Amino acid sequence: MTVITLTIDGRSVATASGATLLEAARAGGSAIPTLCHLEGLSPVAACRLCLVEIDGDSRLQPACVTAAAEGMVVRTTSPRLAELRRTVIELLFTEGNHVCAICVANGHCELQDLAVAVGMDHSRLPYRFPSRSVDLSHPLFGLDHNRCILCTRCVRVCAEVEGAHVWDVGWRGEHCRIISGLDQPWGAVDACTDCGKCVQVCPTGALFHKGDGTEEKEGHPEQLQVLVRARQQGGAP
Amino acid sequence: MEIPNPETNQPRTVLIDPVTRIEGHAKISIHLDADGQVETARFHVVEYRGFETFCEGRPFTEMAAITARICGICPVSHLLAAAKTGDKLLAVTIPPAAEKLRRLMNLAQICQSHALSFFHLSSPDFLLGWDSDPAKRNVFGLIAADPELARSGIRLRQFGQALIEALGGRKIHAAWAVPGGVRAPLAEGLKERVLGQLPEMFAIAERALALFKQLMDTKLGEEREVFGSFPSLFMGLVGSDGRWEHYGGGLRIINAEGSVLVDGLSEDAYASVIAEAVEPWSYLKFPYYKPLGPEAGSYRVGPLARLNLCERIGTPRADRELIELRQRGGRVVSGSLYYHLARLIEIVACLEGIEALLNDPGIEGRHVRARASVNALEAVGVSEAPRGTLFHHYRVDANGLIEKVNLIIATGQNNRAMNRTVTQIARHYLDGAHLSEALLNRVEAGIRCYDPCLSCSTHAAGSMPLQVRLYGADGALVEERIRG
Ligand code: SF4
Ligand code: SF4
Ligand code: FES
Repeated sequence: MTVITLTIDGRSVATASGATLLEAARAGGSAIPTLCHLEGLSPVAACRLCLVEIDGDSRLQPACVTAAAEGMVVRTTSPRLAELRRTVIELLFTEGNHVCAICVANGHCELQDLAVAVGMDHSRLPYRFPSRSVDLSHPLFGLDHNRCILCTRCVRVCAEVEGAHVWDVGWRGEHCRIISGLDQPWGAVDACTDCGKCVQVCPTGALFHKGDGTEEKEGHPEQLQVLVRARQQGGAP
Repeated sequence: MEIPNPETNQPRTVLIDPVTRIEGHAKISIHLDADGQVETARFHVVEYRGFETFCEGRPFTEMAAITARICGICPVSHLLAAAKTGDKLLAVTIPPAAEKLRRLMNLAQICQSHALSFFHLSSPDFLLGWDSDPAKRNVFGLIAADPELARSGIRLRQFGQALIEALGGRKIHAAWAVPGGVRAPLAEGLKERVLGQLPEMFAIAERALALFKQLMDTKLGEEREVFGSFPSLFMGLVGSDGRWEHYGGGLRIINAEGSVLVDGLSEDAYASVIAEAVEPWSYLKFPYYKPLGPEAGSYRVGPLARLNLCERIGTPRADRELIELRQRGGRVVSGSLYYHLARLIEIVACLEGIEALLNDPGIEGRHVRARASVNALEAVGVSEAPRGTLFHHYRVDANGLIEKVNLIIATGQNNRAMNRTVTQIARHYLDGAHLSEALLNRVEAGIRCYDPCLSCSTHAAGSMPLQVRLYGADGALVEERIRG
């Protein structure tokens, strides 16, 4: 294993070559907010929350997919990044319909936690109030498109870990949404094994157990890592 | 908080958080006839703008939270009515411990709500007098004048709130009652703690009762006859054996003479006896007893109605007070000032009920939630809120998405009685064609008899934001006074 050294937030960090900036930063004690990223799933860099500044690069780079390199000088916090992250969260809130007070995930929601973390006490952008639907056709689970932030964690976990590939991203632009099967009601998709992994990794209240009321959903995305590790290593954890 | 209007896709403001609620004024209009006498008065309710449509397209499991947030004044009542409606959509019988826990929470809710209404909002009027300095005619003035009473009222309210919080997790936020039961069994140690506090709470309630009964017999003799004293129907839940009821039982309607017009009616059949009139000047619907029409069929709900409807309460201390109430006011008490007395009696009934429930080993059962999927597409749930009977009526699709909602709330059912009360007070106290402070104070107190669940009504006494307009026979505005 080759070790490389870089500077993150003024600290010198040593990491294995091939590591992402996110991994290096976390190892070095810098917290970078993430949303679409979930350890155990392939990265997609969809949410842009993990953007960082790199010396000599005029563009911001998403830490979750950028490889760490020898001698890099990286900043994970700055007024510019703070402003940007807040705007990203505001965009996510305003493009959907998030009424936290009645949401199944209220109090256990990654989006909500991030809103607090980036200091979003209100939105400076106008709410769009899209007209979106709720799919309760599955016997065990529900999908509320109003709360979906298109992070695609569900798409990836279903295809990469469960191997069922029920989910996809359909349509474009403001009509973009998660679809099951060939855009069928979820309950009509035979490929679904009812495993519930998508519900578990969903960062918001978009996917939930049917019958759950307000504040009752507690997702456990970290359980995915147990599964992934167990598969990779075979033996005891 | 805003959610879209499904029809127009335009933003629509939903009053969800009681803190950010737009504080409304209670709007009252008084209309004079050609002789300059008061013809009629109206209490305009401008809240509750079509909130039933917000719910359409949502999973029915969210109804508890949606309604509790919209009606932030009595969230527990909405939780219970929504949960009961949900039970019926699942077509389950909930575990016995769950029903006992829900009952316990409702009693705690009635207790704390009545304590707020009586001690904080209304007693400054009775104790400090109508014409006392408005700046002092509030709970702070009460603390100065009778610190013991003020403090004990706060204690009683805290007792109820703490019990709700201990059951539900957080004071009003968590949707603790869910379709199929409740979320968590009785917490360890709660029983002992609450039983230990009860003696003090009984003493508080009894002291307030003694004080208020004495006031009714002396200082408030005139108000007793003027504040909403008229014959009317009464409606509410009554237990199968004629006992006072707040959670189960059947609907009963009586008239002013005490004749039973409807008895043991299931909430499922409410629409067979109750119709809802719409008035152009109010967002509230006006329910009435169908066979008698909107005027004669209007009825009162709430504490006084419940006490008028039942044969007995079923617990010794409260029953003693009920007998005394009937000695004072007759078998069917028609004066709305007695609502306050009824509240105090119900506080005693709640305390006794809490004691009995906690001593029932069945409440400690660990199985508190039945799980099922949607098995019925339409259901009606009912409970007695502190202010009166609350109906939730949902129709869902096969997956449980709400297609139609109808809610009948206590304040709507009492709205006609509030109008009549304001009319009666205006007739008695209107001084020529002038809106005096004394009139405003009494109008406020008249409305407070019903403890309406409006944001304007939760202001401290003497500071209810009021907009009173006086209209002449020709419809022209004679005078307007705005307070608060
Ligand atoms: S998903 Fe999260 S942010 Fe969206 S409404 Fe639910 S709790 Fe709020
Ligand atoms: S349903 Fe959940 S996991 Fe799937 S894309 Fe939407 S927010 Fe992400
Ligand atoms: S976490 Fe890197 S782009 Fe979403």
